Amino acid sequence: MARRSAPEVNAGSMADIAFLLLIFFLVTTTLEKDNGIARQLPPIDKSEIEPPKIKKKNLFIVLVNKNDQLLVNENPMQLKDLRESAIEFLDNGGALSNSPEYCNYCKGKHSESSSDNPDKAVISVQSDRLTSYKMYISVQNELVAAYNFLRDRESNRLYGWNFSEVKKDIDAGTYLGDVTDARAKLKEVQLLFPLKLSEAEPKKN
Amino acid sequence: MSKFTKKKGNELPPVSTASLPDIVFMLLFFFMVVTVMRDTELKVEQNLPKANQIEKLKKDRSVFIFAGKPSLQYRKNFGDEGRIQIGDKFTDISKIGLALTEARGKLNPELQSKVVVALKVDDDTNTGLVTDIKEKLRQLNMVKIIYITANGDPIEQ
Repeated sequence: MARRSAPEVNAGSMADIAFLLLIFFLVTTTLEKDNGIARQLPPIDKSEIEPPKIKKKNLFIVLVNKNDQLLVNENPMQLKDLRESAIEFLDNGGALSNSPEYCNYCKGKHSESSSDNPDKAVISVQSDRLTSYKMYISVQNELVAAYNFLRDRESNRLYGWNFSEVKKDIDAGTYLGDVTDARAKLKEVQLLFPLKLSEAEPKKN
Repeated sequence: MSKFTKKKGNELPPVSTASLPDIVFMLLFFFMVVTVMRDTELKVEQNLPKANQIEKLKKDRSVFIFAGKPSLQYRKNFGDEGRIQIGDKFTDISKIGLALTEARGKLNPELQSKVVVALKVDDDTNTGLVTDIKEKLRQLNMVKIIYITANGDPIEQ
């Protein structure tokens, strides 16, 4: 019996098939990366405990009206100046140097009429229902930026690195070094400038 | 003269294309691996607002809420007021709870308690709608949220 060898399959069109598939996947691929501003909402509190009174000088009230205009502590303000004035407010350290509330790392003006220390300072954002979401996010972004600026400054002073950069590295898993140690240090810096952002429900129209 | 004719006969050999399939396959595998098929069709407009103080979203523990004006082809039926979309359908504000619990059920069981709600909201929407969503989330005890934004400086727009 004559054994007939099987004819070789022509692989010339392989490239064409592969190209076809390649183009399909190229078109359907979306390299998405979602980033954003993280927040924790306050849980619903049913208890009838009176909320603690906050002194007026420890409050930084940001009002946004329906035309996206800002009113900060009863003065109109442009968005670009918001970060600066929030930093000034948080970093003020107005408590007297012999009181227990004295803030020894604050580099602000130590003015009597502004916040006592960063732990007492509360930023309150009140927006209208008709405020645009764009403006709302811009305001949130500027306030977070103020906190990040101060935390960066403190972490640089204490440990010689930037708070926001190290946090980013840890989140991405690319931090070189002791992660638990760095986490503890991040927490310490966070406590120096705790995020105290209160959001009132928008006024009904 | 003979010098020129001699050169003419000595042409370059054609480039071998034998390794072309290999190269293409390599690219193909790359794209096959990174491809994520979109499971939701967007029915609302999504121009995200810009921000630069941002964190990365952990995708394995997040459920998405989209909000904004309905896209052009849905305007006729749904009007151009801001709307909420969860999964691939429009959801009423009162029924968010059901849709979110369902979406959470699809996550890895270990991560379900750490669920983060990602809000993808069009920058032209009213804040009131977002507040309604947040109020609802508080009632559902899903208090970790993240406002998804595009990367950019909000002041320079």
